[in-house]
Amino acid sequence: MRLTLRVWRQRNAGTPGAMSTYDVDGISADMSFLEMLDTLNEDLILRGEDPVAFDHDCREGICGACSLVINGDAHGPERTTTCQLHMRAFRDGDTIDIEPWRAAAFPVVKDLVVDRSAFDRVIQAGGYITAPTGAAPEAHATPVPKADADSAFEHAECIGCGACVAACPNGSAMLFTSAKVNHLNVLPQGSPERETRVLDMVAQMDAEGFGGCTLTGECATACPKGIPLPSISAMNKEWLRARRKVKG
Amino acid sequence: MAVSGLLMLGYLVAHVAGNLKVFFGPEEFNAYGHWLRVMGAPVLHHEWALWLVRIVLLAAVVAHAVSAYQLSRRDLKARPTAYVHRRKGASYATRTMRWGGIILALFIVWHVLDLTTGTVHPGGFEEGRPYQNVVDTFSTWYGNVIYIVAMLAVGLHVRHGFWSAAQTLGIGSARRERLLRGAANGLALALTAGFVSVPVAVMTGVVS
Ligand code: HEM
Ligand code: SF4
Ligand code: FES
Repeated sequence: MRLTLRVWRQRNAGTPGAMSTYDVDGISADMSFLEMLDTLNEDLILRGEDPVAFDHDCREGICGACSLVINGDAHGPERTTTCQLHMRAFRDGDTIDIEPWRAAAFPVVKDLVVDRSAFDRVIQAGGYITAPTGAAPEAHATPVPKADADSAFEHAECIGCGACVAACPNGSAMLFTSAKVNHLNVLPQGSPERETRVLDMVAQMDAEGFGGCTLTGECATACPKGIPLPSISAMNKEWLRARRKVKG
Repeated sequence: MAVSGLLMLGYLVAHVAGNLKVFFGPEEFNAYGHWLRVMGAPVLHHEWALWLVRIVLLAAVVAHAVSAYQLSRRDLKARPTAYVHRRKGASYATRTMRWGGIILALFIVWHVLDLTTGTVHPGGFEEGRPYQNVVDTFSTWYGNVIYIVAMLAVGLHVRHGFWSAAQTLGIGSARRERLLRGAANGLALALTAGFVSVPVAVMTGVVS
């Protein structure tokens, strides 16, 4: 396949960026989107130009490092991560726009790489349990109802990629935070910090400059792990409950 | 947003029900207008209950507009750079919450000046004769246009707003999703259809 790429290039956080146009040839439909960018970068390096910086790590859809807004969609046209998106989703001759995550809380570091450490600080505010866990416990020691276990697993799927923030017109991190809060709050292991977790994580989320949620639903549409929109309502319920308990 | 919005929504439901009394003729509609002033009597003095409702509503409108302003400022600040490649995004009702809200705010001002104080009323405004006042307003083309556009805006605003408020208050869940979406659409449709039926009835001569 032969493609025209329009890629956001930005030397560093301090200098303004712009879209640059590149042609790439010899792209196979079986390549992943990141392999296609590798091909572009090999070309650029041979020509003595600066390769395009982009985030990636596992390349198997589990780490949450890759990003990219592709033709206006976070992680591109399919419900998966950019590393698991394959070029068969595109056609020969296509023009593809590639931009970084856009949010005040995710400043651009270089080209397509953004600083997502705001998410780490939200996790540090309460996304953990304090009980010493040691080795894997005996499964019958702490029974967990099936529905709760399913809900915890569903929310534990969040890989912290930030697509939800990138897709949200308000740059809100409610879906990510709700995934983390719900994951631990439904489990007995997470219950000692049930109230402080939700209050502290939401406070940190606000302090990081993420926007307010207006329930546009863009986050859940973009999420590669299918964290559902009602998770936000579940977190709001936890937050209201915690406020009543802590205050009352 | 959610609490003030739901307060106003409760009022709108009562308001549309009251408006539909116009179809039972001038005596009944005017008598209903009179009752609004003696509501709560003899415990409450003349118009006390009405003023209480007005004060609560005004507080709700102000609280709603102030939080909408604060939320919008925060949201615009959180996404300072737009994408070069734009996509349509969420539903029409969701995307028009801000402009729809501003249209509604302007409408509320015009509506009060028209049918409560009579300041901008097109006919000879007479207090205590709301039936005639309504007929006069909807006998002008601009009265119909303003009103119908605003009622379409109410429908859209409530369609997203009611469902959204449920999520804000933690009532939403995967199981209740269809119920809440259905209730939001039903409310929006009933409000818009109910409100719009009055100018349409005046235009077609059913109410005159
Ligand atoms: C003063 C005029 C108004 C303005 C400026 C305004 C503006 C807004 C804005 C910006 C939002 C948040 C956007 C969003 O959630 O997507 C909102 C939400 C809402 N509005 Fe309004 N609006 C107005 C009038 C009304 C009226 C008359 C009603 C009653 C039917 C109403 C009911 C709601 C509800 C229930 C919500 C959802 C609250 C939530 O998500 O928690 N609004 N409005
Ligand atoms: S909720 Fe989904 S989109 Fe958001 S960070 Fe987690 S996995 Fe990524
Ligand atoms: S590179 Fe790890 S999820 Fe895409």
